[in-house]
Amino acid sequence: MLRAIKGQIQKRPRLFEGIGVVAIALLILFAAPAILTAMGQEFRVNMLGRFLALAIVALGIDLIWGYTGILSLGHGLFFTLGGYALAMHLKLQLPEGELPEFFTLYGVKELPWFWKPFHSFPFSLAATIFVPMLIAALLGYLVFRNRIRGVYFSILTQAALIVFFNFFNSQQKLINGTNGLKTDTAKIFDVYVGSDDVQRILYILSVVFLILAYCLSRWLTSGRLGRLLIAIRDDESRVRFSGYDPTGFKVLVFAVSAGLAGIAGALYAAQSGGISPKTMDIAFSIEMVIWVAVGGRASLVGAILGAILVNFSKSILSEQFPQVWLFFLGGLFLTVVTVLPDGFVGWLRTQGVDQVRSLLGRRRLLTYPSLAEDPEVEYERQNLRN
Amino acid sequence: MTALLNGLFDGISIGSVLLLAALGLAIVFGLMGVINMAHGELMMMGAYTTFVVQNIFKPLGAPWFGLYIIVALVAAFFVTAIMGLILERGVIRYLYGRPLETLLATWGVSLILQQFVRSVSWMLVIGLSLFCVLFFGTMTLLARRRNFQRIRNWVLVILLPLSTGIAWNVATWVGGIYKLPVTQPWFGAQNVDVTAPGWLRGGLKLGASQVPYTRLFILGLTIVCILGVYTFLHRSAWGLRIRAVTQNREMSACLGIPTQTVDALTFAIGSGLAGIAGCAVSFLGSVGPNTGQNYIVDTFMVVVVGGVGKLVGSIVAALAIGIANYIIGTNALGPFVASVPFLADFFAFFANASMAKVMVFALIISFLQFKPAGMFPQKGRTVDA
Repeated sequence: MLRAIKGQIQKRPRLFEGIGVVAIALLILFAAPAILTAMGQEFRVNMLGRFLALAIVALGIDLIWGYTGILSLGHGLFFTLGGYALAMHLKLQLPEGELPEFFTLYGVKELPWFWKPFHSFPFSLAATIFVPMLIAALLGYLVFRNRIRGVYFSILTQAALIVFFNFFNSQQKLINGTNGLKTDTAKIFDVYVGSDDVQRILYILSVVFLILAYCLSRWLTSGRLGRLLIAIRDDESRVRFSGYDPTGFKVLVFAVSAGLAGIAGALYAAQSGGISPKTMDIAFSIEMVIWVAVGGRASLVGAILGAILVNFSKSILSEQFPQVWLFFLGGLFLTVVTVLPDGFVGWLRTQGVDQVRSLLGRRRLLTYPSLAEDPEVEYERQNLRN
Repeated sequence: MTALLNGLFDGISIGSVLLLAALGLAIVFGLMGVINMAHGELMMMGAYTTFVVQNIFKPLGAPWFGLYIIVALVAAFFVTAIMGLILERGVIRYLYGRPLETLLATWGVSLILQQFVRSVSWMLVIGLSLFCVLFFGTMTLLARRRNFQRIRNWVLVILLPLSTGIAWNVATWVGGIYKLPVTQPWFGAQNVDVTAPGWLRGGLKLGASQVPYTRLFILGLTIVCILGVYTFLHRSAWGLRIRAVTQNREMSACLGIPTQTVDALTFAIGSGLAGIAGCAVSFLGSVGPNTGQNYIVDTFMVVVVGGVGKLVGSIVAALAIGIANYIIGTNALGPFVASVPFLADFFAFFANASMAKVMVFALIISFLQFKPAGMFPQKGRTVDA
């Protein structure tokens, strides 16, 4: 009985949400490219496609940071691994017996063993998701098992990132080192990846995968698992005392988020013409976190919005005033953390409406006006908060 | 055998730089649970301070130039300590109990500092100081009004764009009048070089090999810094307070220790140590806006491995990481395992600077399986230790 009522109550918003998601998706799919092309900014369509891919990473980060309270500073690693997995497959689209051109530069005669499975397309697709997931699960298990968390975990993920960066950078003979793998001159199904048709398909794929990632995250965070994740974020010890072992859940959500990053990396690499260890830069991984922070922690829509907004402002600002971008980004970090801890969407949800009203001169509704407007009480609220 | 001893010394000398850089970080992390991502940039600031002091001393000639290091060390300490103080009072204090957010905020500060060093010029300095005078001056004046709390938001909305606009326009106006001398960046994006004074060039002959004096100097500096920090923490009243707050913040506050002052002081000292480390680093190679980035991850690893309970943890961890990096990186173990082809190949694969880091990270992760909280963890009975 109770369940039936609950189901009815929940059905409405779900329906609305579904319609909303489909509407926005259709808008991005058909309206956005047309509008951007009409404005003479055709290159921005490709940019938007890449940013949609980045929004998938932002969803993953939101899952672990916004919902579970794990701050990973190493998601660039999983992103890059996904990109490499796809790029390796694309590099192997050659006539029988030929090697990708960079191998001959370093005098390598035979394909290294770990390249061989990437001849197969299904394997490569699986690898873009499962290789990052496996590495994340292994790292996560080894770290979470020992109840290492908080800042320690963040630093360790950052160190892992740097370690892989060093590895990829120094192995010219295996994966072309610093130069990375170029994909736009490679062929997929006998068409150049850089050609307009493939790029259009990739744009659509980005939208589709973003929706799938959104649905997955929505499903993960809505049910009992979602509540458990939030409980782990808010008080892990108490979760442990009530009989759960948080390790498994944390490993799971970390791996899922790494898998999302892997997909995003593959889509990004194919749309930006290649992948190189540069995406394993420390700064890039921390930037991913700020996308989520700007949009709103623990809000999936916020993560997507944040990723797209921050990246567009980055490309516009660094085109116009390259000097200002780092100042702006640093300031963004500071403001978001101090003034808007829940991001834009969080602000809208909690106090945004009130603040806008009070700025417009309307009084806010007060439960105890005499108490709330007392300067002494206000002073204490401002200064004696512990 | 001599190769191994050589490796040991080189490892110790790498480790001493690491230790110097990690010392301030470890103290601050132990006290406040805060990782300061801008620590590397504070080091970079220390290095740039050394560069400036060196340029001031250059015209003075031979006998004085040799002494500039001492002035530079003191100047680097105080410059970075004051910056740390501003950072703590201005940002970190508001983020109490939110270590992850603090990490992000300090990263923002580090980005700003990097770009600041690249583009700092008289014009920027004039604009910034004008903005500070206008904005904070008016805020302090207005704060005396009784109804300040009520009008605060309005004041912010009006004052912020107003003072930014005035400062920006005045700065561009000054830049337009005096042109290049004012608008030219002080350091620019290129690296700058610090020349060691005469008595630090050359090296000490030890048998067949030569030990550079700069390395010995850094080793000595590290020892002096550790002794200084140790004495301060264990022999002075403020040191006692710092240790008390590190062990139990609430209890210390109940007993009347001003925890906020302790935080500010510790953060300033930690940043000052970063400045000294930056001064030392400037003798090892040229200094650029990105210098700090090269050190942060390694110094974080020192803190993770060492634990926050004792100073000795950082010392052992830094030396261990330094030596491990060096021994693996130069394949010093290679000759010992040459008889086993598999092992020899294995060690040869890791025998360069970047692959050594891979190996060391694997070692650190496996070490944490036995000692999750580092070598010398904070002892206590709380769950959230």
